[in-house]
This record gives sequence, structure tokens and C-alpha cells, in this order.
Amino acid sequence: MVESHIKPLTLNFGPQHPAAHGVLRLVMEMDGEIVERADPHIGLLHRGTEKLIEHKTYLQAVPYFDRLDYVSPMCQEHAYALAVEKLLDIEVPKRGQYIRVLFSELSRVLNHILNITTFALDVGAMTPLLWGFEEREFLMEFYERASGARLHAAYFRPGGVHQDLPDGLLDDIAKWSESFPSFVEDMENLLTNNRIFKQRTVDIGAVNQDEAQSLGFTGPCIRASGLPWDLRKSRPYDCYSEVDFDIPVGKTGDCYARYLVRVEEMRQSLRIIKQCLENIPDGPVKSTDNKIAPPKRGDMKKSMEALIHHFKLYTEGYHVPAGETYTAVEAPKGEFAVYLVSDGSNKPYRCKIRAPGFAFLSAMDYLSKGHMLADTVAIIGSLDIVFGEIDR
Amino acid sequence: MLGSNVKEYLNELAAHIEEHLSDSLLAIEWEKDELVLRAQRQTLITVMTFLRDDSKCLFRTLVDLCGVDYPEEEYRFEVVYNLLSLKRNMRIRVKVRTDTETAVPSLTNLFLSAEWNEREAWDMYGIFFSDHPDLRRLLTDYGFDGHPLRKDFPLTGYVEVRYDDEQKRVVYDPVKLTQEFRTFDFLSPWEGAEGGMAILNDGTSKPKEGAS
Repeated sequence: MVESHIKPLTLNFGPQHPAAHGVLRLVMEMDGEIVERADPHIGLLHRGTEKLIEHKTYLQAVPYFDRLDYVSPMCQEHAYALAVEKLLDIEVPKRGQYIRVLFSELSRVLNHILNITTFALDVGAMTPLLWGFEEREFLMEFYERASGARLHAAYFRPGGVHQDLPDGLLDDIAKWSESFPSFVEDMENLLTNNRIFKQRTVDIGAVNQDEAQSLGFTGPCIRASGLPWDLRKSRPYDCYSEVDFDIPVGKTGDCYARYLVRVEEMRQSLRIIKQCLENIPDGPVKSTDNKIAPPKRGDMKKSMEALIHHFKLYTEGYHVPAGETYTAVEAPKGEFAVYLVSDGSNKPYRCKIRAPGFAFLSAMDYLSKGHMLADTVAIIGSLDIVFGEIDR
Repeated sequence: MLGSNVKEYLNELAAHIEEHLSDSLLAIEWEKDELVLRAQRQTLITVMTFLRDDSKCLFRTLVDLCGVDYPEEEYRFEVVYNLLSLKRNMRIRVKVRTDTETAVPSLTNLFLSAEWNEREAWDMYGIFFSDHPDLRRLLTDYGFDGHPLRKDFPLTGYVEVRYDDEQKRVVYDPVKLTQEFRTFDFLSPWEGAEGGMAILNDGTSKPKEGAS
């Protein structure tokens, strides 16, 4: 036998590939069908968000957060709002907190529907996507009624939320929350015990607990590995300490476990939504400190002081005391955090955005090594990657 | 409430760290309720290994790593490591100062997530990490020049790209602004930045004495 060395085949995947979930370019070294090394090339969607934020006032920076992970915009505004509030040392009124938690959970459902159904599409199931997007449409309508925009809401602002909910919205959310469980059930009927779906996902891209921690995994991906870590429980922010819910945990840490965790999380989110609807108090929705939160439009017609406050807030903005904070929220994908450094002026000195997807994608090489080419698609799908937040 | 507990644990932890690491640390500080350690480059690995493996710390996850630029200081870059302990439900922040020439030891042997984060810091700030296995640019374009998040890098950058129909490829041109770059500085001319929020007045108060 003559020994011969076969040069590994280098395969380029993306950046324009529907299963890449965005503009991911994956350079893979293949031994036949087996992936030997996967090197993701990212940055094709890099917009310099962090640099831009350094040149904007604290309020002007809010919309940039919608554009990071554009399938769960409000959760990211939440992290930023909490960070600024921490530096300013202000409290959000109870109703504001409940609205934020309510919409964070709606965002979570919105995100998980998109992820689960597109993941299913990647591995060959088309129907869940068609059903899921109908549900997403309802949710985005709620977004629109609350904030005026379906995606880029700019609704959570430092000090609370921009405006109170319109009449009837809570009733409609309550109605939706009654019909939604049947969708989850229908979707589960299609996927959970589906032979093809299981063949494509079980034992694919498994991570154990130690490695998940070292890789910086958070959110559903670390819970799928069996660690019950959820910032809503371990470090409750806003009114999460007042609602009751469970943390679903997976056993195997593979793609299938990540799917199962997300499905259960949608049900738990629904529980939180129902509790919020039940317990939401009346009152102001944003800080009553007019040095931070703008006055009501009606007041501006009557009060000179309110008019001046409005003018100052929308030109100079407010000054944030010098200091720094690392504030994290449990975004649907995992720990989304803002490391905010203030020098006492009206603009952030540094605003580092910690995106959960960044850590997931950096594990791509580790996860796909030794798997088949088609499995990388399943792995990407199960990691819940959105390029807006990875490239920033 | 959980909040007070966390603070207690962190207080204990601060004492514990001081006991074991006082030689390797420059300072232990508090930012509100967040614990910050200032480390030296030479002993960073010791500090990080201790924080990761000590039974009272167990900071197994490096959640975030980033640079901050203070151009007027001698060591202009601050490398900020945010660590998380799932077991103890605690966070800690470690900071190291460096400049454009001096390398910071890479943590890739301690945390798998350090690899990409260090690549990003290198890309954005030009902070050099020694012993990093693959210190390539991460987010910027292939062949990009400069480090965009440095304070002296202009917001508009230096080059812009367009598709050239004759050459049938994307070409780089120097940035041409059709309108001059505008910075909106609405800082009140009456008062400085010190004093935090209190200085955002309603505009009716008189200028301070001595201010022009």
C-alpha cells in the first residue's frame, strides 16, 4: 500500500446562504463529508454601533439597540435602560416595570418562534415556519400598538417606557395568550417526535457543562446543557422577582435539547405574561423626574417649566454621573449586557455591547468539529444566531 | 431580597481575594455594588487562574472582554474583563492597563471564549495579546487599516467602498463627504460637566459666577 496524503478540501459556506442565518461566511476544511475545522468570518454587518453611540446622547443611543438583535429588540433596550438607570440611580415606577417585563416576554416568544421555526426549516420542515409567522404577526401588532413600530420600537427608555399602553391592548394580549398554547402544541406535534427532525438534531453539537461555561454560553444554550442559569431568577431585575415561573433545563446539551428548552421557555413566558396582565398596577410608566424623562405633551402646552425641560432633554440630553456598570439582562438568546462607562457628560464614554450570539458563534469550530457538513447547518440553526448583534 | 445577599458575598470575596492576591493586584475597588480588581499585566494570568479555580470564586465564564481608550494617559488602553460565576452567582471585573506597544498576556488557555474577544479587542483598539494562537482581525474588512474604536479614529473612517462597473469589482476610495461632518454639541455653555445630574437645570437659573 502506498500511503498518500489527501489535502483537506476547503469549502466556503455563505455569506449569502439562507441557512447561514444572515451574513455568515464559514470557511471549512473538510475531510470528505466530515468537518475538520470551521472558521467563521464575521463582520459583514459591522456598522460600528459602539463607536456611533459614543457620539450620541444617552437618549439618542436607544434606537441602536433595536438594530442589534433585530428579532428581539425590546430586550436589548432593556439592558441599556437598566444600565443608564443604574448610573443615574433612579427607580422606574411599578407600572413601567410591568410593561417592560410584559414586553420582554412577548419579545422572547417572538424570538423563539423565529428561531425554532427557521431551525426546523433548515433541517427540512417547512410548515412550522408558515404557522409561526402568523403568530409573530400578532405579536408585532402588539409592538406596533404600544410603540408605533413593528420592529425598531425604541420603547424602553432610561427611566421607564416611552408612553403608556393604548386602551384595549392588554385585553387583546390576554385573548392572544389564550389562543397561543394551541400553536405551541401544533408545532410540537410536527417536530418534537418527528423522526427526521430527531435524526438531524439529537447528539449533534453537544456541549457539556464545563465547556459551555468556558465558551461563554448563556441563555437557552447553557440551560440545554443542564445548568439552571437564568438571570431573571438569579439576578431579578425590574419586577421579575414578583412573577412565578420555572427554568426549563435540558440534559444532553445537543441541538435537540436546545430546541426543547426554547419550546418550554415559550410556555413559561406565557405564564409570566398572564401574571403581568393580572397584576399590572396603575400609575406612571416612566420616572417622574423631569430631568430624565420628558414631560407629557399636554403639560408642555401649559407649563413653561415643562417646555424648557423638553427642550433641554431633546437637545443637550441629561448628564450621567461619572462611573461604570456592567448590566445584563436575560435576552431570549442569552446574556445580553451593556458595559457602560460614563465620564459625567451627556454622551457615553464607552458602551461595549455583550451579545450572546458572539460567544455562540465563536464556539462554531468547537461544536462542528467531526460532524458532517449538513450538521453544521443544524448547529447554526440551534445556536440562534442573528448577525445584527454579533457584528454590531 | 437577593440584592443584599450578593453584596455580602462580594464583601467576603473581596476580603478573600485581598488575602490571597494582594501582591498581584494594584487595587480593589467598588463601582456601586460591582467589584473591580486592578491587576498588573505580569501577574494577570495568576490572578485569572486564581479567580477561575479557587473554591470561593469559581469564575468559570469570561462573559466579556473589551478595551477602553483614554488617549491622554500614559498607558492609554484599559482592558476590561468581566467574569461570571454561575456557581456563586457573582460577577467581578478585572482591569489591566496597557499601551499600543505592550502586550497583554492572552487568556486563551484559561477561557475558550477569550479567543474571539481578544481578536475583537485587537481589531478595534490594536491591543496586542501575547501567546494568542490566531490574532487576526475579526470584525473589520479584509485588509482594513487602523483600529476604529480608538478615540483618535474619525467616526466617518478613511475609506469608502463602491462597486466599479468598469473594473467589475468593489473598489476603495478615500471618504468624500458631500456635507461637512457636523457634531452637535448641545452642552450648556453655562455649566461644566461636574456635578452630574444636578447640573441639568431648567435653564432659568443664572450663570455661575466667574463663568463666561
